[in-house]
Amino acid sequence: MTVTTTRLRGVEAAPEADTVPLGRRRRWREDAVEAVLFAAGFVSILTTGAIVVVLGKDALHFFRNPDVSLVDFLTGTVWQPQLGKFGLLPLLNATLMVSGIAMVVALPIGLSIAVYLSEYATPAVRNRLKPTLEILAGVPTVIYGYFALTFVTPILRWALGARTVDIYNVLSAGLVVGILVIPLVASMSEDALQAVPRALREAAYGLGATRLETSLQVVVPSALSGIAAAFMLAMSRAIGETMVVAIAAGAGPRLTANPLRSAETMTGYISRISGGDLSYNSVDYDSIFAIGLALFVITLGLNILSGRIVRRFREVYE
Amino acid sequence: MTVALEAGPRARTARNGANPPMGGDNVLEARALHVYYGAFRAIENVTLPIARNRITAFIGPSGCGKSTMLRAFNRMNDLVPTARVEGDIVYRGQSIYAPGVDPVEVRRHIGMVFQKPNPFPKSIYDNVAWGARINGFRGTRRELDDLVEAALVQAALWDEVHDKLDQSGLSLSGGQQQRLCIARAIAVKPDVILMDEPCSALDPIATLRIEDLMQQLKERYTILIVTHNMQQAARASDYTAFFNMGDRRQGYLVEFGPTPELFTNPKDPRTEDYITGRFG
Ligand SMILES: Nc1ncnc2c1ncn2[C@@H]1O[C@H](COP(=O)(O)OP(=O)(O)OP(=O)(O)O)[C@@H](O)[C@H]1O
Ligand SMILES: [Mg+2]
Repeated sequence: MTVTTTRLRGVEAAPEADTVPLGRRRRWREDAVEAVLFAAGFVSILTTGAIVVVLGKDALHFFRNPDVSLVDFLTGTVWQPQLGKFGLLPLLNATLMVSGIAMVVALPIGLSIAVYLSEYATPAVRNRLKPTLEILAGVPTVIYGYFALTFVTPILRWALGARTVDIYNVLSAGLVVGILVIPLVASMSEDALQAVPRALREAAYGLGATRLETSLQVVVPSALSGIAAAFMLAMSRAIGETMVVAIAAGAGPRLTANPLRSAETMTGYISRISGGDLSYNSVDYDSIFAIGLALFVITLGLNILSGRIVRRFREVYE
Repeated sequence: MTVALEAGPRARTARNGANPPMGGDNVLEARALHVYYGAFRAIENVTLPIARNRITAFIGPSGCGKSTMLRAFNRMNDLVPTARVEGDIVYRGQSIYAPGVDPVEVRRHIGMVFQKPNPFPKSIYDNVAWGARINGFRGTRRELDDLVEAALVQAALWDEVHDKLDQSGLSLSGGQQQRLCIARAIAVKPDVILMDEPCSALDPIATLRIEDLMQQLKERYTILIVTHNMQQAARASDYTAFFNMGDRRQGYLVEFGPTPELFTNPKDPRTEDYITGRFG
């Protein structure tokens, strides 16, 4: 006991008689705000759930049709509803070609813009360029669609020959979808580069690194997880892009590896069928829900993958 | 000897050989140096010689411009858009602020270790090897291995990491990270190493290790160190420069001299007040 008293000397012990109220108190305001925030978060979950249910229900209706089988849907190479052929591959192939071309355009250009903005541009230049980029991101995609059809396609046909390049073609749509997602790639990558601690840049410069060496060999690798996330999101965006492909890629499923031919993508097909005057009970109409579900699964897969990549490459800074 | 500081193609000076032979007594010298951030004068009229193969400590109250002064020696302040310099710093007879001088080249000769350990998110090996690679190292893989090992040995880190060179530099403890940063600076074979409070994030034992290390390093390098720790300056340095802040918050040099003299027999009453803790 003596020891304890000595140790506590100078520390005023609370008199044991008055107890201090330490019980839980209700804080109405906190509770209300928490409820609102929860509701907001819940709405997004609810929406996702509703989409899955609606798509799933109608897709199920499609697969119940005796003319349709899931295996043919996933492996069939012909999509011709009139003939009862529902093979997804032509549409999927066109979608992957368009988004593949788009990413080949968007990744290098978007990343270069990001590196320029983050590592090279003076604040004055950055403050002008970033809003311009955001305006570009806000242009309605229908305008990009006509840009592809009336500007890019004629150039391609002029350069490569009108015989080799269809009026509606995958390449033109892919290039323009790429341009369309450049602002997304650039802006997200720039955020990732900006998040790299200043101390790392100083470390590199302190070793006698040039700006280019610092940017490409230290800053970009340190921001890799964010850049990968940007890439994945842009890929999802490209896969889901509808207006440009509907206008410029062609209306007719075709399984081809030639990007100069016309080929309808999954989203292009959905928009054509849903915009047409097909009856709501036809198999054709039901098929778009199955395609929609497939799109949903693909983008979900990409998002999960991007989450993994982010976790895998994330560098922990203090 | 003269060193190429002019801008030109990279990898022109074979810096991965031996250290430059000893020249005069002072490797570096600040001459009537002023440093500004915009209109604010952070450093006023500092003239200061830096002795070769010696440790020079900068001490002074917080905000008096020690870091600014240190960073002026390898043009690190160039990275701050508003920063501007008047006066001169002479490195082995050449002005480092002369028009044709490439700051990148300056920093290859005058390296830096920072207050907070800042290893790259790369492996321990690559942390050390990277500086050599970008500085035009053209040897074989074996030679690079040897260089990495030698730098880690000099930084007194080899024994702790030799079996995990491929692990991330960020996986090390704070003290180990700081020694890794020192190894990284050494691997470029600089001539001068600037250290800005290299021990402030470290515990007393890790601090003593770094101080021991500095004593070994000064045989090959010239070291400038900023420290808030008076004992550290007294223990570890050969020369001490005491900076203070004027009434417009401008930093100026109060007193400079051999460390034992400055600590036992300061000429300026402000120095005496500061080192005896009666400051402010
Ligand atoms: N990037 C900057 N832009 C504008 N002013 C700056 C900048 N860096 C430093 N300063 C100012 O310059 C003065 C000197 O700062 P400096 O960091 O060199 O001091 P210090 O002696 O190293 O301080 P400490 O001991 O706290 O590290 C301070 O008044 C500071 O506010
Ligand atoms: Mg400082």
